[in-house]
Amino acid sequence: MTNNSAKSNLTATADVLRELPDIPRRDNEPVFDEPWQAEVFALSLSLHEQGVFTWTEWAHTLSSTIKEAQRDGDPDLGNTYYLHWLSALEQLIIDKNLGDAAQLNKLHKAWDTAARNTAHGLPITLP
Amino acid sequence: MNNNETTAASKASKPTHEHTHDHEHSHLDETELRVRALKSLLSEKGYLDPEALNVLIDTYQHQVGPQNGARVVARAWTDSTFKQWLLEDASAAIASLGFTGRQGEHMVVVENTSDVHNMVVCTLCSCYPWPVLGLPPSWYKSAPYRARAVSDPVGVLAEFGITLPTGKSISVWDSTAEVRYLVLPEQPANTEHLSEQQLGELVTRNSMIGTGLPDPASAVSQ
Repeated sequence: MTNNSAKSNLTATADVLRELPDIPRRDNEPVFDEPWQAEVFALSLSLHEQGVFTWTEWAHTLSSTIKEAQRDGDPDLGNTYYLHWLSALEQLIIDKNLGDAAQLNKLHKAWDTAARNTAHGLPITLP
Repeated sequence: MNNNETTAASKASKPTHEHTHDHEHSHLDETELRVRALKSLLSEKGYLDPEALNVLIDTYQHQVGPQNGARVVARAWTDSTFKQWLLEDASAAIASLGFTGRQGEHMVVVENTSDVHNMVVCTLCSCYPWPVLGLPPSWYKSAPYRARAVSDPVGVLAEFGITLPTGKSISVWDSTAEVRYLVLPEQPANTEHLSEQQLGELVTRNSMIGTGLPDPASAVSQ
C-alpha cells in the first residue's frame, strides 16, 4: 500500500505558493469532451476485461506517458488527458505484442487515404 | 454548399475556385486517425467488440456518477452499522449497494471528523473510485492539483472556497491502481430529520474527494 499522509503545512511561505499554478476548473463539465475520448476509454477497459493487461500495468503505462509528456513541455492541465490515454494504449498494445508500430502506421496512412478519397458527408471506410 | 462550408472556405488563404474541390472530400485529424488505426488493429486481432464498447461508454457516460457515492454516504449517515462496515471493509459495504469496480481495486473510506479533514489525490495519474464517483473531472487529472494537493492542501482548499476551522488537520490520501479512497464527509448540522434520499442530495462530488463539503443550502430548501 502506498498511501501518503501529508499534514498541512500552514507555515509554507507565500513565495512558494505564488509559484504554484492555479487548478483549472470547470463546473458541470461532460464526462467526455469528444466521442473519441469515450472510445479510447472503453477500449482500455475492454482490453483489460479480456485479460490483455492488468489494471496495474495500465496505470503504470498511463502515468509514465503523462510524465513523458510533462517532460516534453505539456502543461498537463487535464485537457490533454485522453491524448495521454491514447498514447498509453498504443504503447501497451505494442508491449503486449498485439501489433507493432509499423502496423499502426500503415493503418494510420490507410485511414488518411480513405478519408481523402471519401466524398464529404459519406461514411469513411477502409477498402 | 451549406453555410458552415462557406465560412470555412472563406477563411482559406486564397479564395480561388480550387477550394471547392477540397471540400468535396473528407478529412480526419491526427487524433481520429490514431484512434481508427488502433481500432482496426484490434479488430484484425479479434479484440474489438463494438457492442461491448457501446455498453461501456453508455454506462460511464450516463449511469455511473457521483450519485452512487452520495447513496453510500447517506446510508452511512443514517445507519451506524453500515458506517462501521464501510470504514472496516469499504469494498464489501459498497458492493452491497450494487456498486462494484471493474478494475479490481480495493476501496478505502476515510472519515472526516471534527479533528481531521481528508482529501484524495492521485499524484501519478488519475486513479479515481469510478464505481461510486463516475469519471474524474479535469481538475482532478491536472498536474497543478496532483502536485499541490500534497504540497499545499490549505491553498487548494481555499481555491475551492473552503476554509477549515483552526486546529483541524488535513490528511491527503494518494490513490493508486490498487487502492482508491472515498471521503466520508461530516453530516451537516440540523439535517437529522431528513430521509436517506434527501441526505443523498446534499452530498456533492467534491465533498467525497475532499475538495468540497456537503451542501447544507440544499437541506434548507428541502
